[in-house]
Amino acid sequence: MFVQLLFYGFSAILIAAALGVIVARNPVYSALSLVLAFFTSAALWLLIEAEFLAIVLVLVYVGAVMVLFLFVVMMLDINVEEIKRGFTRYAWLGWLVSTVVIAQMAAVYGLRNFGVDASITVARSPADHSNTRELGEVLYTQYVYPFELAAVLLLVAIVAAIALTMRRRPGLKPQDVAKQVAVRRQDRVRLVKGVRAEGVSPEGEGRGEAP
Amino acid sequence: MTPTLSIASLAPALPEIYLAAAICLVLLVDVFAGAAARRVTPTLTLLVIGVGAALTLQYAQVEKAMTLFSGMYVADPLATLLKLLTMLFVAIALLYSRHFLETRGLLKGEYYVLALTAMLGIFVIVSAGSLLTLYIGIELLSLSLYALVAFDRDSGVAAESAMKYFVLGAIASGCLLYGMSLVYGLTGTLLLNEIATALQGPPSLGLIMGVVFLVVGVAFKFGGVPFHMWVPDVYHGAPTSVTLLVATAPKIASFALAFRLLAEGLGNTADTWIQMVTIVAVLSALLGNVIAVAQTNLKRMLAYSAIGNVGFILFGFVAGTEQGYEASLYYTVVYVLMALGAFGAMLLASARGFEADEIEHYKGLHARDPFLALILMALMFSFAGVPPLVGFWAKLQIFQALWESGHLALVVFAAAVSVIGLFYYLRIVKTLYFDSPGDLPVPERHGAVRLALGLNALAVVLLGLFPQTLIELCVQALG
Repeated sequence: MFVQLLFYGFSAILIAAALGVIVARNPVYSALSLVLAFFTSAALWLLIEAEFLAIVLVLVYVGAVMVLFLFVVMMLDINVEEIKRGFTRYAWLGWLVSTVVIAQMAAVYGLRNFGVDASITVARSPADHSNTRELGEVLYTQYVYPFELAAVLLLVAIVAAIALTMRRRPGLKPQDVAKQVAVRRQDRVRLVKGVRAEGVSPEGEGRGEAP
Repeated sequence: MTPTLSIASLAPALPEIYLAAAICLVLLVDVFAGAAARRVTPTLTLLVIGVGAALTLQYAQVEKAMTLFSGMYVADPLATLLKLLTMLFVAIALLYSRHFLETRGLLKGEYYVLALTAMLGIFVIVSAGSLLTLYIGIELLSLSLYALVAFDRDSGVAAESAMKYFVLGAIASGCLLYGMSLVYGLTGTLLLNEIATALQGPPSLGLIMGVVFLVVGVAFKFGGVPFHMWVPDVYHGAPTSVTLLVATAPKIASFALAFRLLAEGLGNTADTWIQMVTIVAVLSALLGNVIAVAQTNLKRMLAYSAIGNVGFILFGFVAGTEQGYEASLYYTVVYVLMALGAFGAMLLASARGFEADEIEHYKGLHARDPFLALILMALMFSFAGVPPLVGFWAKLQIFQALWESGHLALVVFAAAVSVIGLFYYLRIVKTLYFDSPGDLPVPERHGAVRLALGLNALAVVLLGLFPQTLIELCVQALG
């Protein structure tokens, strides 16, 4: 009973947060709503005993991805009014379509067709069950093929990102580390025999103009 | 369960393993070759594909279907055939595009690496034994293609079409994943063969819901109506060499996706998806062919023609019989062969600052370059399905499959839209031969590419005169 209460509570927060992501006027609020959505889904995952995934979701998405995302959103200085102008104009269409879709889905997903007994039930594991260990055991054995492919997918993302964003601009002055290391004293320091002007006392040195 | 792995047992997966390693090799060589990379990388890539084909032929052939990696990988004659064809088509596409890339300043190592990763994605889809690998394969292919479409960073149109492709592709992936999650929830397994055995008896409403989303995802990746919106914009906006890549080998992946997912995984509940696929097929064949008539841009015309041809490929699935799948496979291979030639000819006709993508750019091509005009004419006749050419046999196979599965009305409909198709293909031929060239430029000569293109067109003619070889290859692969 208590678990059910938690489930419905978190689900309600999740739906509210997801709505917040798309309706908030300020993109920073949208990003923060997304953080809330991630947190509540992590809580839902905890309820179905996927502890490792729940923690990873918080660590990776909230800890790394969303923080980066927030920085980007704050730096870009997006003109919200400009973007949202079309949003309010077409909002009625969006509401109409989503109402129809929700009604259809409710008709299909009613308990009659999609209740607990229709889907596969999984036995509850004992309290000392470690799903981190379980994941570790199958990741490099049973799932080694998709796991390695996921790595290739990341490689593609890196190559694509570099190919699309790296460009050599003319007039850019990048550092050449090899040249920096190979530089000798003679290249940088030139000793000039100074000629002391008449009428300047030695104490006056150093107080003149910066070289 | 602890599955044991030995090196020898991995032999059927050699194409993927080799290709993944080769991609890293190409990436590294390209970086360290420095200024020579412009010459080395394209050649190395073709070499890599050639070696891959040799290794596949030598070590990865299997007599009958077997699975690896706990059922997530399927090796069967169909997979081997499709992989070999993919390697052939990608190699030809890269061969055609080299001078195009060179003159546009797009010849970079990343282009070839991304083409190879797209090829790996196709391999993964072709050999997918579970929903998981199927999805990863699709993402691998799509991500590479998105990046390739945007590859020309100075072109605003390319960036726009890449953005459309990316957003629509992401929605399609979302649909596919949602459908997969429903099917997984109802069957409790990700493996396609286990899903097939789990789905006996009448389908539940929840399963139908899942299948709807799966069909939407498949139709999106195919570019079938009403999920075709990205096709004309991507074909038009991308650099022509990328259009060539997008329009050819990924069609094989789409066929494999539809076959593995719908015919194999959901074969026992075929009634659930045949209706939907019929709607997509009929609309694609109709809309693609009708809208193509109104196009003035050759790339857009070929895009709508692609949509129309996707309709025909899907007709094979509508038949839902062994013969239907064979016809579908044959049609896919033939279509890709013709599309290769058509876009290859476009690449050859273009020059720096002259994209040769409008139909009027081909006015009187015969007077300027008789060889190229002849090739384009052969390809257009083949697209239109004029008898001695291979395009005719492909259409005939589809008609036969539809006929024998009792879809008489669809045969009549398909024949009718073919006649519409005849009009706009023949209009190109008319432009090539009967319009005055004006002061349009004479295409440059590129010996090797012209030879390859000539062989491509010759294949279209010869496979039309002797259609039995390729048909039997397709029958064997699926048998």
